[in-house]
Amino acid sequence: MTGRGWVLPLAVVFGFVFLYAPIISLVVFSFNESRLVTVWGGFSTRWYGELLRDRQILGAAWVSLKVAFWSANLAVIIGTLGAFVLVRMGQFFGRLLLTGMITAPLVMPEVITGLSLLLLFVSMELTLGWPAGRGLTTIIIAHTTFCAAFVAVIAQSRLRDMDESLEEAARDLGAGPVRVFFDITLPVITPALVSGWLLAFTLSLDDLVIASFVSGPGASTLPMVIFSKVRLGVSPDVNALATIIIGIVTVAVLIVGWMLRRQARLQR
Amino acid sequence: MSADPAAPPGNALTRSAPWRGTVRVFGWLGISGRTLVIAIPMLWLLVFFLVPFFVLGRISLAEAIIARPPYTPLWERDADGTLQIIATLENYRWLVQDRLYANAYLSSIRIAVVSTIFALLIGYPMAYFIARSPEPRRSILLLLVILPFWTSFLLRVYAWMGFLRREGVINNFLIWAGVIDSPLTMLQTDFAVYIGIVYTYLPFMILPLYANLTKLDDAHLEAAADLGASPMVTFFTVTLPLSLPGIVAGSMLVFIPAIGEYVIPALLGGPDTLMIGRVLWDEFFQARDWPVASAVAIVMLVLVVAPIMWLQSVQNRRELK
Repeated sequence: MTGRGWVLPLAVVFGFVFLYAPIISLVVFSFNESRLVTVWGGFSTRWYGELLRDRQILGAAWVSLKVAFWSANLAVIIGTLGAFVLVRMGQFFGRLLLTGMITAPLVMPEVITGLSLLLLFVSMELTLGWPAGRGLTTIIIAHTTFCAAFVAVIAQSRLRDMDESLEEAARDLGAGPVRVFFDITLPVITPALVSGWLLAFTLSLDDLVIASFVSGPGASTLPMVIFSKVRLGVSPDVNALATIIIGIVTVAVLIVGWMLRRQARLQR
Repeated sequence: MSADPAAPPGNALTRSAPWRGTVRVFGWLGISGRTLVIAIPMLWLLVFFLVPFFVLGRISLAEAIIARPPYTPLWERDADGTLQIIATLENYRWLVQDRLYANAYLSSIRIAVVSTIFALLIGYPMAYFIARSPEPRRSILLLLVILPFWTSFLLRVYAWMGFLRREGVINNFLIWAGVIDSPLTMLQTDFAVYIGIVYTYLPFMILPLYANLTKLDDAHLEAAADLGASPMVTFFTVTLPLSLPGIVAGSMLVFIPAIGEYVIPALLGGPDTLMIGRVLWDEFFQARDWPVASAVAIVMLVLVVAPIMWLQSVQNRRELK
């Protein structure tokens, strides 16, 4: 490919323009005075002001953050336990079933996960009386289930790579299984669990389809509110919101990237 | 040294009174710690992942009624007290009879395949270039590929609405440049859906390809060059075949979410852009026909999810060999 030295760079430049042009235009037009999102009417921050006065969006953002926080916590617990059981516990009854159930959510279309969980919650309410109605709890349960799969994949690969002799040494020195897990295994796999937590948090914040199925009146997540606004056409306050989110994410990714690099340098 | 030789074994947690009490209670019940650890993820997934499919299957056999919940119960007591099971295959017959569902299924496959091919055509050169780049350019480019993935999926699709509209950025630019006289209709077409899917899932294509291409041994390329192969020939006879696992992995990661997609066809597609995920959504939220929506989901499980899982297990087994 080096023979035609310009073809490859051109393709790469095209790829990155494709990736970033829409995002950049989104950011630029969030500072547009005009309501017509794509006609420039002068610089203004009025849409940011309107956004901060929009109770519905702020409320939905708070709901989304709560859901994402609890889903990520629960997903890390269940995903890690699932991965640990599969990698370290050898043969047990139902092993094949657990293997299938823990990875299947990765390939399950969101509409199916959402619909089937909603039908479960409705049937459970009819027969058991729990959960009474749908809302925050049902969204958290649904998100935990599909996020746990992602955590399990990350934790599984970390556990497989981990040097098992550390755990064996601790066991030989008389540590019980619980102590080995909390004092040896957990600290070693913590970086993987942190990235699993971040991934679960992001996936939960991002989800529209599953939340739409399992949520009830009074518990609208941020994507649900954005979707209902955007469906009617482009609206400049959504541009402002997008710009804020992109800003936060960029700063967070840069900080994490910088920390990882520093850590790598320290280890060397 | 924190460990006190006189203290009982274990860490702060296992020495605490509530922990030891719990362990003793489970001991009396005959439940070992091992069983408990296995039971937690197992029970959660059984209740919230497996059981829902049985509920789905059972409601796909019900009839839609106007009530809460909007479907008929599975059994009813007769006047003389005998149980009667009410189940109907009417919903499935409906799916076969109405061409809408078959068309939506085929059109989902077509859209997912075309999008995957375009993602591969755009993603491969990028992955190749990044993999061959020296540090620190490599890390920076990789970060730039991953960055959009962490921002909201919905907002990235929304960005294309502003881009593709009749008064959008692309039309304004083309008219300004004198390429076209009147704006093109791009939003609400299948073309917009292809763009949306490729755009959203491009990082999923690039990352496995990149991981595969960085492992490529330069010695192979040098050997080919020494034997007189031109760069083009080397690429097609050495690089491309060696990167096949990356191509397969990346394509699966684009194809799988694309086929059940709802948001992208709903926002970028036109009213005639049929995709199976969108049909299911409309059946549930617009028609409020829960049994038909469930039947669509069951058919999707059998025709879409089962083949994908089978393919993956075949692939995993091949990798182990």
